[in-house]
Amino acid sequence: MRYDIRFSGSGGQGIITAGILLAQAAAIKGGKNAVQSQSYGPEARGGASKAEVIISDDEINYPKIVSPDIVISLTQEAYNKYAVDLKDDAVVIVDTTMVHEYDNKKHKTYDVPVIGAVSKELGSAVSANIAILGAVNEICSIVKHEWLLDVIVNNFPARAAENNKKAYSIGIELAKKALGE
Amino acid sequence: MERERKFLQGNDAVALGALYAGCKFFAGYPITPSTEVAERLAAWLPSHGGRFIQMEDEISAMAAVIGASLAGAKSLTATSGPGMSLKLENLGYGYMAEVPCVILNVMRGGPSTGTPTGPGQSDIMQARWGTHGDHPCIALTPSTVYEQFSQTVRAFNLAEKYRMPVIILSDEIIGHMREAIEIPAKGELEVIDRMMPACSAEDYKPYDNSQLVSPLAPFGAGYRYHVTGLNHDEYGFPTNSSRLIGLQEERLLAKVEENYDDIVLTEHFHCDDAEYIIFAFGSSARASKDAVLNLRKKGIKAGLLKPLTIWPFPDKDILKYAGKVKGFLVPELSLGQTVREVSRAVGGRCKVEHIYRVDSEPISPAQIEKAVEAM
Repeated sequence: MRYDIRFSGSGGQGIITAGILLAQAAAIKGGKNAVQSQSYGPEARGGASKAEVIISDDEINYPKIVSPDIVISLTQEAYNKYAVDLKDDAVVIVDTTMVHEYDNKKHKTYDVPVIGAVSKELGSAVSANIAILGAVNEICSIVKHEWLLDVIVNNFPARAAENNKKAYSIGIELAKKALGE
Repeated sequence: MERERKFLQGNDAVALGALYAGCKFFAGYPITPSTEVAERLAAWLPSHGGRFIQMEDEISAMAAVIGASLAGAKSLTATSGPGMSLKLENLGYGYMAEVPCVILNVMRGGPSTGTPTGPGQSDIMQARWGTHGDHPCIALTPSTVYEQFSQTVRAFNLAEKYRMPVIILSDEIIGHMREAIEIPAKGELEVIDRMMPACSAEDYKPYDNSQLVSPLAPFGAGYRYHVTGLNHDEYGFPTNSSRLIGLQEERLLAKVEENYDDIVLTEHFHCDDAEYIIFAFGSSARASKDAVLNLRKKGIKAGLLKPLTIWPFPDKDILKYAGKVKGFLVPELSLGQTVREVSRAVGGRCKVEHIYRVDSEPISPAQIEKAVEAM
């Protein structure tokens, strides 16, 4: 079992945090080998950035992804730059709040507009990264939802717990819709 | 105490390793990609009986680290290439005055400010020769988050044992990546503390040339001596005696040269029957390990020689294989600093090839495999 997962978006959207949380759930709760790495520019906000997570039963040496199994894109720029070199059976997850032009012919592509939904339901897009985790995990079943939720709750101040749980559920619901359930 | 499994960033592991080794002082100036080390120690040192100071620049940070160490505290600073350039003057002072301390350089690319968020491996020669004059050098090159921890502990040990600054050369990928590690329990890894003088204050010679390393009494402990960057006598006072100058200069280098086996640590992966050996450290070693596994699947006998100590250069380990393999390949994020040393060590016994990337991206396993296949 090995997953090569690439989160991509714009600096400030929390995609590196999303990657860390998923890898941590796999490594600490699931006892798997997991490596998280990132690539970003010098700017604190904006600019395409990516966070890569490799989860495997085997030892992970090269920490970067050569050809991803799963790509998540939260912005158009990130989709154009990072939804590349995919494996034939790769899964692509796009947030259509900000990604409008994408190719859904070549790879299984799921449309989960978490930024829009989280902004509307929770009043701010701040926890969209948590929602995307719920969506990715629902679509790809990488780790148990309860492991990931536990890691999410423990990584933020207690006052954020309720909001994050809601965001995570929003992601799951949007994923179910995208899966046609 | 039991081991604890933690999902950690490489830079966090350096900070934890420093605490494990008994580090009580950090002075630094933030710089990507090393800043997390300062952030963690700012949070953790005060509750571990230590002090953290953010200085006005890297020059003063290095000076503060030397001062704190002379007062008896195990001391650390962390930076990247541009900051390292500034530390070099005081680093030389540290070698000359024989002050134990640890300097972490999380390497990024380029001369000057380069690319702050990209990895580099082009400060190898700066570590060795950046400060002027003949001087000793110990530099360690971790390539996993666990090694960020363990080599930090080892850096402190070597610094205390040989009374000199020790450099850790990490890179942006290793510093920023996260993986799960088992934090060693207390007592599991050796922690070496500074040798204290057993003699009376009157008989104390902090720079005794009749032995390689003399005990270092902390300031305030009643042992009176002088500290200077000038060549000095056994009590630390400046001297013009050519005999004493010569003895001191040679002793500084001998401390390291005569203890090669204690200082040089290397990892040999599938090297025994290898026809081609990849010599790689840091993030390039991780790509190389995958390349070795892939090449072996294709029937090509490749091996990886990974130095955890890059200075002194692991000549003996290279010579072990140079006469029997077809060639060495050196992948590095530099236009040719490490390969030059490998070629020198190999001394024409086999061919040495070089591949590199200096575009702020890492070398991939495929690039390494292709290069070995072309040898």
